[in-house]
Amino acid sequence: MIMNSLYYQKKLSRNVGDKFFTSLSVFCALIAILPLIFVVTYILIKGGAQITPELFTLEPNPPGDDLDAGGINPALIGTLVITTIASIISIPVGVGGGIYLAEYSNGGSFSKFIRFGVNVLAGVPSIIAGVFIYALIVSTKILFGSMYSGLAGGMALSILMLPTVIKTTDEGLKLVPNELRYASLGIGASMYTTILKITLPTAFRSIATGVVLGIARAAGETAPLIFTALFSYYYIVGFEDLFYEMGSLAVLIYNFALEPYDAQNKLAWAASFILVISILTVNIFSRILAAFTEKTKRV
Amino acid sequence: MEEKLTLFKNRKRFGIEKNIDLIFKNTTLALSSLVAIVLFGIILVVFFQSFESFSRYGLNFLVTSEWNPVKDEYGAFTAIYGTLVTSLLSLLITIPLGVGTAIFITEDFVPKFFREIVGSFVELLAAIPSVVLGLWAIFVMEPFFREFFVFLHKFFGWLPLFSSEPAGRNSLLAIIILVVMLLPIVTSIARDSLNQVPKKLRNASYGIGASRWKTIFSVILPAALSGIMAGVLLALGRAMGETMAVTMIIGNSNAFSWSLLSPGYTISSMLANQFGEADGSQVSSLFYAAFVLMILSLVVNIFAQWLVKKFSLKY
Repeated sequence: MIMNSLYYQKKLSRNVGDKFFTSLSVFCALIAILPLIFVVTYILIKGGAQITPELFTLEPNPPGDDLDAGGINPALIGTLVITTIASIISIPVGVGGGIYLAEYSNGGSFSKFIRFGVNVLAGVPSIIAGVFIYALIVSTKILFGSMYSGLAGGMALSILMLPTVIKTTDEGLKLVPNELRYASLGIGASMYTTILKITLPTAFRSIATGVVLGIARAAGETAPLIFTALFSYYYIVGFEDLFYEMGSLAVLIYNFALEPYDAQNKLAWAASFILVISILTVNIFSRILAAFTEKTKRV
Repeated sequence: MEEKLTLFKNRKRFGIEKNIDLIFKNTTLALSSLVAIVLFGIILVVFFQSFESFSRYGLNFLVTSEWNPVKDEYGAFTAIYGTLVTSLLSLLITIPLGVGTAIFITEDFVPKFFREIVGSFVELLAAIPSVVLGLWAIFVMEPFFREFFVFLHKFFGWLPLFSSEPAGRNSLLAIIILVVMLLPIVTSIARDSLNQVPKKLRNASYGIGASRWKTIFSVILPAALSGIMAGVLLALGRAMGETMAVTMIIGNSNAFSWSLLSPGYTISSMLANQFGEADGSQVSSLFYAAFVLMILSLVVNIFAQWLVKKFSLKY
């Protein structure tokens, strides 16, 4: 009897309970990874089957009974254009704001307030950003009389990207050791040379990773675009197209998924394939890069 | 931080360099203020645009469910109810699932390699755009659950929640897709807060003879509770504002129903559906609904931040 108490006893209630909860936790984890596997598999199968060269070069045909749906060229270019606009707006603003928070502020009430504001802005529902830009730009026709436009869409997306960029810059700069700043001061550099030549380049990789992830996230956003950039079936040919309705992969998926026609649904799957593959590639790549950086730092 | 600044201030500088420095500092100051300007801008613009509807209906807007552009009568009760029900119920499912997964990732049931795979799978799920999840929900998930819904109605139809014939697109499907979207948020934040619990606590608990799960329930989870709560609140804010996947699968009907098997509405799906074609006082009413949504998510988010600050781990 005394000897037995030294051995693991399966039937003890605490051991049975532990086994039960352990299997419950494993079960949770299994359920948690199922959605990604299912979603990615279906997109690879259903979307991958639709990938043809014409897909990348043609305009989509208006929904109807004809079996040939055309391609997604305008939406693909549109997504690139709109996310570029969003990046052009949000990266300078975000990096600049992040520099102030990390380098100049002393943890006073102003910087506390801005950091709080960044977190709140990150929590604002994406569709509210669309509503805001609609009220500010689309309905007032303030951009040279144009209403729905790619430019307005880019602005709506930039509101969503801004908190991400500020946060990654702020946190990236905070990780730069103070010794570097002292050294820079010691050889006679001023504050702004130190920031531009020493601290920013040192933190470049972590900032860039965060910003790229932010861009990838913005590329898939739909809600801010459906009533700012709207949608277009036509090729983007020149600069002036920025001031007109512009298609995007995300809005194309939304519009065509709800069409009753098979051809349009297939186009939506194809667009999802391209969107998801590019977003996942960016994510996995930056993840590997981050892990790699961590390893080299330890050495 | 402060030491760094004073060191720079001690330096004697020439006029030009001083000015450049000052200009640079003020530029970054202006850029960081832009965050506050945008945030207040959003709140003010949405509020003033909704003013017409606000002065006409007052708070009645929140409790009536008439939405009739022809008669020019608007009330957002159905959408507000839908927003709250879908987000709260999806959260109720997500919490145990997400925390369970987080425990799986932070404990050592299986080798680290597998746990890391599960962790990155869950995080990659967060990267899938919601419109793609909506597409998947329409063509894959809905047919998959159809039989199950018929079964639910047949055997649990006496419950008001399942009292209607299952519709092709309904609130329950929206709840399920929301679970998929919230899972990464709850899991990753719960995992981070579980990881922050010091090893000492675990060892002390093992030392006095507690079993693994006794330790988890009585020591680790309570210690990580504030972080997990904050994650849950962030997920709630996200669920309330989530638009695309929900709009595509919820059915978009303003007819109020207790049943989850009938089509529903949320504020964000109402905005997504009607904003493009609305005019006149409908626009103002939509802005009013957007204002309600914004206030809801602001309150939840600010509360989450306060919680993090107040109860952050003190070991």
